[in-house]
Formats: sequence, structure tokens, C-alpha cells
Amino acid sequence: MQTRAVPEKDIVRRIVTERRGRPGPLLEILHAIQGELGYIPGGAVPQVAEGLNLSRAEVHGVITFYHYFRRSPPGTHTVQLCQAESCQAMGAEALAEHARARLGIDFHETTANGRFSLEPIYCLGNCACSPALMIDGQLHGRVTPERFDALIAAGEKGT
Amino acid sequence: MSTVIYVPGDAGALSLGAGEVAQAILAEARRRGAEIALVRNGSRGAYWLEPLVEVVTPAGRMAYGPVSSADVPGLFAADFLSGGAHPLAHGLADSIAWFKGQQRLTFERVGVVDPTSVADYVKYGGFRALTRALSLSGADIVQAITASGLRGRGGAAFPTGIKWKTVLDQRTAQKYITCNADEGDSGTFADRMLMEGDPLSLIEGMIIAGVAVGATQGYIYLRAEYPHALRALQTAIQAATQAGYLGDNVAGSARRFNLEVRLGAGAYICGEETSMLESLEGKRGEVRVRPPLPAIKGLFGQPTIVNNVITLASVPWILDHGAEAYANFGSGKSRGTLPIQLAGNIRRGGLIERAFGLSLRELLYDYGGGTATGRPIRTVQVGGPLGAYIPASQFDTAVDYEALSGIGALLGHGGIVVFDDSVDMARMARYAMEFCAIESCGKCTPCRIGSTRGVEVIERIIQGIDTERNVQLLEELCDTMVQGSLCGLGGMAPFPVQSALKHFREDFRART
Repeated sequence: MQTRAVPEKDIVRRIVTERRGRPGPLLEILHAIQGELGYIPGGAVPQVAEGLNLSRAEVHGVITFYHYFRRSPPGTHTVQLCQAESCQAMGAEALAEHARARLGIDFHETTANGRFSLEPIYCLGNCACSPALMIDGQLHGRVTPERFDALIAAGEKGT
Repeated sequence: MSTVIYVPGDAGALSLGAGEVAQAILAEARRRGAEIALVRNGSRGAYWLEPLVEVVTPAGRMAYGPVSSADVPGLFAADFLSGGAHPLAHGLADSIAWFKGQQRLTFERVGVVDPTSVADYVKYGGFRALTRALSLSGADIVQAITASGLRGRGGAAFPTGIKWKTVLDQRTAQKYITCNADEGDSGTFADRMLMEGDPLSLIEGMIIAGVAVGATQGYIYLRAEYPHALRALQTAIQAATQAGYLGDNVAGSARRFNLEVRLGAGAYICGEETSMLESLEGKRGEVRVRPPLPAIKGLFGQPTIVNNVITLASVPWILDHGAEAYANFGSGKSRGTLPIQLAGNIRRGGLIERAFGLSLRELLYDYGGGTATGRPIRTVQVGGPLGAYIPASQFDTAVDYEALSGIGALLGHGGIVVFDDSVDMARMARYAMEFCAIESCGKCTPCRIGSTRGVEVIERIIQGIDTERNVQLLEELCDTMVQGSLCGLGGMAPFPVQSALKHFREDFRART
């Protein structure tokens, strides 16, 4: 694990200070923390709570309500596989089976080498090109098992 | 003079390789010393032709598609820069049959303009409606929206004019315009396409709403799954601010309207308007009890308009062409046009904007060309994960709010997901309950517990355990959820289950 030049708690403090005056800032602050750190560390909860004059339970409650927020570090690449109806109509379940076997992990898990996290997602809005998936914010449509393997192979080579 | 080439930057087109095609065109042009100007437009919505490349020629915009990066040298060799013949050529984009019969009002600029350019937007009629709105009273603007017959396109189909009138009538210093861009229904992508392809029309619609009811702040609540739309909106908001359409002096009128995008975080329930407001306030997206209506006590307790992307983006066309012109489209109480999204197992999927009233059959076969797999269509789900499954015997039903509700279905946000005859409807019913369990906000019991029990009951049916009794139990459970849930999630999640039971009872039995 590479060490950060700036400690996490300083990053969180800066984010909270910058945004605490905005209307309804909690979600924006959590997005900013996850955007910079890749997840929301447990240690950020009391810091955010104190900065916004909320209880820790309230902050924890918001983090756990939303599927998008992570409480553990993601792999280098996050693979989001659409499992909603349109993609199911085009074989999303079989593609998910293939993905689990290829990566050796289930949904919500990260490979042992820390390379890939696999997440289900309920609609990427690419329903005319099902089945769809997103890797690190890049959308892919009409994904076959072969195409999936090619995308994973590219992710294994790069950084 | 360099040749202008359009290669969509739309997320769906990119998902099929439009980015690589754009790179290949730039590289090949450089190699040949050809002078080109590349524009990244939105998608016209024919995803079966994406990536659809267009070349501007004296005769018009010539279309080529679906283009892969490997096709690019061949296109140059065939002199596509002058509209040359090629196996991928379709002639003029506007003359492609799939587009020709469409009635594009809300989507008239999507796929046509450069979404980042205010000048391009104005060239295609943009901001004429705002200029007109600034010369009218708030009551007159609201009256025009009411007269147009526009109903909320997010799914609830509530008359937009009535909602606006309620906010207009509130006497408070602070009001808000919020745009619900949490397009979570599977099978829908109209909001995404519009925000990526013509974001300025949404921005103009929100400014007009602000001018009409006296609101000075707008928020677009965008789902986190749409990073491309986020970038498109941010670019467009910046461009509109620089051009003086947003800020303290809207189009020189001395009126104020500011706009920002707030990101959701992957919660389907936040597409429900009161849950969206909670989320905008930075809280858990739990549904609020109504009354009070958001139009009276909405965001931060102030009067708030909550409208879907398509609703707001239709406002400029209505004000520019007149309420009557809009109301002349459609059938019965469904006035205007609807951007219909054909998705799932379909040969020619994409976005079709047409006046209300055409039949499902016309959409599925004339536009869609049947399934992608070539097998018969067994059923379609209309209106997202809370919409009913419709059997082939009802494909002559018209696509409008009343006709669909007449057969126990709903139109929702206009998405149609197609399934071939390999679909297992008991599994689709189980999925409907699973999805509700995953996405329930947890506030009310029928939804939170009912959905989990629903998954278990359907699982027992699939395993052949006491089938008759469990089917009856499932029917009773659906009834409890419909009657007892606080909002549409628990209240409508049983619809796909009930329709599957009604039309495809043969699937609810033990697997062999």
C-alpha cells in the first residue's frame, strides 16, 4: 500500500472545512471524501459529524443508506455489472456467472491481489445496448464473455 | 475549409466504440493531410446504428454507421468526406426511415447540435422561449404550460401547470426549482441522452420555471451512475453562465437564477420526489409523508417545483411554439409527445419520440424489428421495475397514460424492455421483489418486510413447495403491499408480480 503524502485526516478536514457552509452539505462531503480516498474510512465519521454538528449515528446512517458509498478500499479497478431487467433480457445473469468465475470473487468483493472489485449495479442507462457494464467510469455495451475477458486482461496489464 | 465530422460523445455511443472511432478519424485525417473539424454531438438515439458518424456536405449531413475504428481507413478511401458511397452509408441522416416518422420536439436538437456550444444552441432556436418568458407574467407562463397539457414525464404524469401554479401562489422569499435526474428505471435512458446531447434545453427549461414562479435557485439531482451526463451538465452550466443566461442578470433582465448539479449515491428510491428532496438536503433518502406537498413545503421547507428532466426540457419548445401547437399532438388526456425508449432484447433499440397514441406493436415491430435474438417476443415490461409485464395478446394497446392504465399497466418514464420466449416469468417476478428489498428505504413495513417475504414465497413456488397455497399467499402479500405502502416503491413493486401471475401463470411451478 502506497503511503499518502497528506494524511487522510487532513484531507477529510480540508473537505469538511471547504463545504460545511453549503446548503445540505453531507452528501457532497461524502462524495468528495470517496472521490479522493476511494472510500470513506471509519475515522472520517467522527470528523465529519463534528464538522457538521451532527451525531456520528446520523453520518453513519447516511453512509450506509446509499449503495454508492464504500467503507473499505476498492480494488485498482471497479467493475460494475448491470443486473437490471433490460440487461437480464440479454443475458446479464450468465455474464455475471462468467465474471464471478473469471475473477474468482462474488459481488461486493475484491480480488486477493487488489486488482478488481466487482459490484452489481441497477441500470447504467445503456439499455438499448444491453448487457452493459462500467469499468472505472468507462461504459461498455453489448458485452460478451469474450469482450469481458479482454477488458479484464487490459486491466491486469495496466496500472 | 475543413470538413465538419460528427462523432457522438454520448455514453451509449462511447460504449460501442465511438471514442476509438473519433481517434481513428483524427489519425487518418492527419496521415492524409485532410482538414477536418471534429464535433462530439449527442446520439440521435438509433443505438443499432451507433457509432453513427455524420459528415457535413453541401447536400446535408451524410450518415455512416455502425462504424468501428477498423472501418475508418476504408471510409476515407471511399471519400466519405464528400459523402462518398460505402457499405455503411445511409444517405442523409434525416432521411433514415427510423428517424423520418418521428415527431421530435423535446429531442429536436439532440444528436444534431454541439452540446457544449451556446452559439449552436441559439442557432437551432435555443433561448427564444426564455426571451418570450421574460416578457410575460409568471401567471401567463404557468397558464401556457397548463394549456399545453404537459404532464410529468418522470412517471407520475401529474399536470405540470397545476404544480407550477401551486408554487407560484406561495408567498415566500425563497423557492426552488429542482430537476429529478435520478433516472433509475431499467429500460430508460431519455434523461441521460438529453442531458448529454442537449443540456442547454434542460437549463433553459429550469430558468423559465424559475422566472415563472419566482425561484432563484435550481438544483439538478443527478444519479451517480451518469458520469458522462455530469460532465455535460457542468460544461453547459459554465457556458450558459459565461453567456449571461445564468447568474444575477438572466439574459439582461436583472433577474437572478443560479443552478447547480448535486449527485445522488446509488439509491433507486431517490427518484421518488420527497426522498429526492431529503437526499438533496444531505440526508438518508427516506420518503416523507404527504401532505404537505413539495410545492408548498419542499426543499429546506420552502415551496419547490420537482420535475423530471424531460418535463423541464419540453418547456422551451412549448413556450416557443405555443401551448396549442404542443397540445395538438397526442391523444385523449395524453397531450404532446413522448420520448419512448426501446430496450432489452430488441433488434433496433433506441429512442423514438412520437405523439402519444401509437401502438406497442408498431413500436416493437416497425421500429424495433423484433428481438435481437430472432426469437418471438413473449412479453414487454413497460414503465421500469415497477411496471407491469404485458403479454403479446395486448400489443395493440396504444402508448398513452389512459390506455395502458386501462389494461392494468403503466407508462411510467416511457421505457419498454423486451423479452423473448426464453424468459422465465416466475424468476422475473422474484427479481421484482428482490429489487424492492434492495432498494426499500425501510421507512414502512409493507415495503421493507413484504418484499423480503415476497422473494421467499416465490422461491418456494419455484421449488414446487405447496404451490397453490403459496401462490395464494403471494397474491395476498401483493395486495397488502399495494394497499399499505407509503410510496410507489412498495406500492407498485407488486405490479410486475401480479401481471406475471395473471398472464404467465404456467411459469409459477416447480422447475424440472
